[in-house]
Amino acid sequence: MATEKVLSGQVLEDYELVTVGHLCRSCTVEVETVTLLVEEGILDPVGADVEHWQFTVTSLRRVKTAIHLQRDLGVNLAGAALALELLDRIAELERA
Amino acid sequence: MEYKDYYKIMGVDRKATQDEIKRAYRKLARKYHPDVSKEADAELKFKELGEANEVLKDPEKRAAYDQLGSNWNAQQGFQPPPDWGSGFEFRGAPSGGDADFSDFFESLFGQGRSPGGKRGFHMQGEDHHAKILIDLEDSFNGASRSISLQMPEVTPDGHVVTRTRTLKVGIPKGIRQGQQIRLAGQGAGGAGGGKAGDLYLEIEFRPHRYYRVEGADVYLELPVTPWEAALGASVNVPTPMGKVGLKIPPNSQAGKKLRLKGRGIPAKAPGDLYVVVQIALPPADDQKARALYERMQEDLEFNPRAAMEVA
Repeated sequence: MATEKVLSGQVLEDYELVTVGHLCRSCTVEVETVTLLVEEGILDPVGADVEHWQFTVTSLRRVKTAIHLQRDLGVNLAGAALALELLDRIAELERA
Repeated sequence: MEYKDYYKIMGVDRKATQDEIKRAYRKLARKYHPDVSKEADAELKFKELGEANEVLKDPEKRAAYDQLGSNWNAQQGFQPPPDWGSGFEFRGAPSGGDADFSDFFESLFGQGRSPGGKRGFHMQGEDHHAKILIDLEDSFNGASRSISLQMPEVTPDGHVVTRTRTLKVGIPKGIRQGQQIRLAGQGAGGAGGGKAGDLYLEIEFRPHRYYRVEGADVYLELPVTPWEAALGASVNVPTPMGKVGLKIPPNSQAGKKLRLKGRGIPAKAPGDLYVVVQIALPPADDQKARALYERMQEDLEFNPRAAMEVA
């Protein structure tokens, strides 16, 4: 069933930041997982320590993709990081 | 109920070893993973595959499933036999993530795990993140676009079902690739009276026939004739807002960029439109064209490789 009402949302800039708490809640992951993703270079936080970490909103989908790849394909986080980088490259090449 | 041929879904023989099944699953999972795949029905294929793997990877479930082999008839639809499952102990619930398996699976092995099961009370629902493909023109004019999302949902009796939701979303004018639209309360429902999660839509432009986008700037490769490039000319060029007249300055080389200020994406800081000159050569396929090229060859002192020291 299609809803005919047009929803309008809030536009977030790609450089806008969310807190580590927001990231964890939004993606239903533990802080420990976020720490591992940062160690693998999948996420690039700003802020001095874990409690003050902030991430760009594009990180949200990245976290989900990394978790799905790990869960569904049996790759470890290093493998997921490589896949994400290659996916980024493909997207870039397709745009050019 | 429809019988599901898990071996066919996995593309393996009924006599396949557990290792062969594992390899087949990994290979197909990479091919159809919704985060990686470009296949049209990847999501559906991946779901089927997960279900097939759930049964075939477990020797006990597989043995039970194999016993069904002779007991079904495609014309009648499938019903599990009355003595189904006797002598087997299925270990626990399926291990997949937000498992949502077919009726066929559930009639044999019970329900998939409920994704809400682990949560405490008053938990806010999970956020959903998706990409939305729009046309470049949508960003110039503003638009509303329908999107369909597959969302797992827990019914009141604890079943997990996948529901397809269609939402109509306003695309604000000036939106750029990489920006996100957050729709509050359009994610998964909350548990125990908690708020629903949000839906984040990441904007991606569909590839365009002749425009290329970088940030808020738009690039257009414009073919011109050698005489337009050499002598200068006024030509019509397309822009996402309609055609405009453009002056090609004399002696424009291929690759020259002409900037149309503020004609890029109408963001808060509007982008520019860059017209990149491309020189198209008329083919020398008749007497007249050949004669003209030959005359240039004779009369013009021109060596584009002069700086390459190859004489």
